[in-house]
Amino acid sequence: MDLSYTAEEQAFRQEVRSFLEEKLPKEMSDAVREGRGLGKEGHDRWHAILNEQGWLAPNWPQDFGGCAWNAVQRHIFEEECCRAHAPRIVPFGLTMLAPVLQKFGSKEQQDYYLPKILSGEHWWCQGYSEPGAGSDLASLKTKAVREGDHYIVNGQKTWTTLGQYANWIFCLVRTDPDAKQQEGISFLLIDMDTPGIEVRPIILLDGTHEVNEVWFTDVKVPVENLVGEENKGWTYAKYLLTHERTNIAGVGFSQAGLDAVKRLARSQMHKGRPLIENPYFAARVAQAEIDLMAMATTNLRIISAAASGQAPGVESSMLKVKGTEIRQEINDMARRAAGVYAMPFASEAVEGGNEPPIGPEGTAAVAAQYFNNRKLSIFGGSNEIQKNIIAKVKMGGRA
Amino acid sequence: MNFDLTEERQMLQDSLRRFLSDRYTTSVRNEILESEAGYSADIWGQLAELGVIGALFSEEDGGFGGAGFDISTVFEELGRAGVVEPLLDTALLGGGLIAALGNDDQKALVEEVIGGAVQLAFAHGEPTSRYELTRVETTATVEGDEIILTGKKAVVVNAEAADHLIVSARESGDVDATDGISLFLVPRDTAGLSLRGYALLAGGRAAEVDLDAVRLPVSARLGAAGGAWEAIAGVIARAEVALAAETLGAMETATELTRQYLLTRSQFGRPIGTFQALQHRVAELLIEIEQARSGVINAAGHLEGDTRMRDLNIAAARNLIGRAGRLVAEDSIQLHGGIAMTQEYELAHIAKRIVMAEHRFGDADTQLERFLDLSAA
Ligand SMILES: Cc1cc2nc3c(=O)[nH]c(=O)nc-3n(C[C@H](O)[C@H](O)[C@H](O)COP(=O)(O)OP(=O)(O)OC[C@H]3O[C@@H](n4cnc5c(N)ncnc54)[C@H](O)[C@@H]3O)c2cc1C
Ligand SMILES: Cc1cc2nc3c(=O)[nH]c(=O)nc-3n(C[C@H](O)[C@H](O)[C@H](O)COP(=O)(O)OP(=O)(O)OC[C@H]3O[C@@H](n4cnc5c(N)ncnc54)[C@H](O)[C@@H]3O)c2cc1C
Repeated sequence: MDLSYTAEEQAFRQEVRSFLEEKLPKEMSDAVREGRGLGKEGHDRWHAILNEQGWLAPNWPQDFGGCAWNAVQRHIFEEECCRAHAPRIVPFGLTMLAPVLQKFGSKEQQDYYLPKILSGEHWWCQGYSEPGAGSDLASLKTKAVREGDHYIVNGQKTWTTLGQYANWIFCLVRTDPDAKQQEGISFLLIDMDTPGIEVRPIILLDGTHEVNEVWFTDVKVPVENLVGEENKGWTYAKYLLTHERTNIAGVGFSQAGLDAVKRLARSQMHKGRPLIENPYFAARVAQAEIDLMAMATTNLRIISAAASGQAPGVESSMLKVKGTEIRQEINDMARRAAGVYAMPFASEAVEGGNEPPIGPEGTAAVAAQYFNNRKLSIFGGSNEIQKNIIAKVKMGGRA
Repeated sequence: MNFDLTEERQMLQDSLRRFLSDRYTTSVRNEILESEAGYSADIWGQLAELGVIGALFSEEDGGFGGAGFDISTVFEELGRAGVVEPLLDTALLGGGLIAALGNDDQKALVEEVIGGAVQLAFAHGEPTSRYELTRVETTATVEGDEIILTGKKAVVVNAEAADHLIVSARESGDVDATDGISLFLVPRDTAGLSLRGYALLAGGRAAEVDLDAVRLPVSARLGAAGGAWEAIAGVIARAEVALAAETLGAMETATELTRQYLLTRSQFGRPIGTFQALQHRVAELLIEIEQARSGVINAAGHLEGDTRMRDLNIAAARNLIGRAGRLVAEDSIQLHGGIAMTQEYELAHIAKRIVMAEHRFGDADTQLERFLDLSAA
């Protein structure tokens, strides 16, 4: 056991820090710090900056242009990015689809799609969930029927994050209606410009347009867009979910969030003294900090073990549950710290705009973020489903 | 002891509940939320006609209620339906202050409030006062037979719609002293008074109010110079009972929506309400609601008595409901899954009402602190 970072790791942290100081545009980090959306252009621009540095796809194998960083380096990178208020890397192409293509895709698919993920030419979204298939994903109904060189796709996906920016969608579709649920599913890549696709916005409770419905009516998809084998899609889908769950603990986000809460509580006054000195509030902050210190170590322990060959199983479910609970607790403290200034609806602050926000710095978006981040315990396998997984493995129960 | 509502209050509850469930549907409410005014003048008129505003005032003030249990009865129903119309601001705060301190001329406004003809706002909190009710930095200085108000007021709910703002300002004393605070009745179009309005996350509108040497006749003062504190504490106590009851009503709606949804939503081939893990969560919410109801009853029942007991029970109720409300809002969303994250689903608005109510006059921590201070006193 040794809790200290090695000299190389410290040098690496310095390298990341200098890069961010030099290359992260200020208006971008301001927007992230204030909780404003970046829009497609903003995300594209940040991806391009990272790509130029060769750091856009740290999780990819080196053969495909990845960084070959170990778990500790990835952790340092994430921590520094969050600390500097860098935008998050949009995960759908880079950390969800790419690993599937690298493991199960054909050489042609790898050569065609992977570079376009890096260049930003393809913006991907995830077409898994349907109105009737949420936690029970395998009950999905969107069907693809083979007709000559094409599949004809009909059905509806929902909750499609940033589908309004995407030009490609990877979908789970039912190709064998007669097989057992999990055995009739295939993994299809669909160009969203294909006729018959309609994207309809869903406005979330904080007023943001973040997710969409995607409707498919007789959409013709070339058979070469099938990944792997027909009816084996469930295997690939689950492989993708294990990658979706890397960085699931969100330690960097929590750290940045906690720093923001402290900043706010130092500037907000309570009975003529900074709020941070109020014992009730200070106790909340301290408890979150205690949880987070342990979480940071839990996270590193688990991802290091995974890197040295032990697969993270139930442990990633544990990271998901605890990590999201901590993040949500921090969001709750932020709205508390804002006091009465949590009440204004900061559409300007959330969506971007020219009006100066209402209230002191750092208060405009906190309540909206509190509500928006209720999603953390719902998506990516709800926290109840994660507990089912833990119980199934440890107690032989049903999941 | 008797825990039943009087016949009059039972009738008020029934008619208000019926009116709101017929007329204040999700789609009507969502339209109101999107509207520029942020409330419906039509609904307001009908609430006045139903006697809902009158129920918040005593007979002496021209109403037919005004006691703690009248307030809790009305506001529980408003909360149940997620009503955003500014009854708290116009009737309890604004109307309450005029009723408590006004002379006969000024009190004529109370009648208009009860009739639904006038809107009011209480401009009290300031950009750095947070939840500290005695911290007033806005100044009032007398110049001949005029008063000059200078300062800033924060998150003044209903300010844009208000015909008059009731502005607190300091005429003497330290910045956080109870003595020295006066109230002034300020027509919204008075020169020097400017508003920056905005929508609130949980519905309705508020404004940042700038008072740049606002000149008023001395007759605009409500009550004695520097002597408004008791009346302010009194109406805020009433408003806190209202907020507690409103949140209770909203908690009941959230839990009922959740209970119903779990019985109809199927995953893994069965209603998700058959999973015991989720049944227990609903059971916990139902337990919390019973506690919250008792908190409201304790607070409403002590509203008219000794002020220390009043404030202790209010702090207790609002601490309890702050905690329980958060649990109900968060778990209701969680148990629904994604659907509850959408703006158009009823629960989204109800959950926002519950959580954001904590931000008026003090969140659970602030109430805990008040409770401890009062317990020690
Ligand atoms: C903001 C947001 C973004 C999203 N982005 C995407 C995206 O880009 N692509 C995509 O495909 N999907 C996306 N999703 C969908 C997400 O994965 C689903 O919401 C999630 O799987 C839950 O499904 P559901 O919403 O249908 O809830 P349900 O599955 O209906 O669950 C409702 C409740 O029941 C509980 N529950 C269900 N089954 C059990 C059980 N067996 N035991 C105990 N409890 C159970 C759940 O935990 C939850 O509390 C997103 C969702 C949100 C909210
Ligand atoms: C101090 C004490 C005094 C008592 N006095 C009396 C008495 O005067 N008269 C009398 O008749 N009995 C008495 N009891 C017995 C008491 O009623 C039983 O302990 C109780 O019914 C639980 O049964 P058990 O101990 O066998 O636990 P179990 O029933 O085996 O339960 C073990 C655990 O499983 C949980 N569990 C069980 N079934 C379910 C389910 N379906 N869903 C979810 N969780 C479940 C329980 O909540 C518990 O946590 C007493 C017990 C104690 C400890």
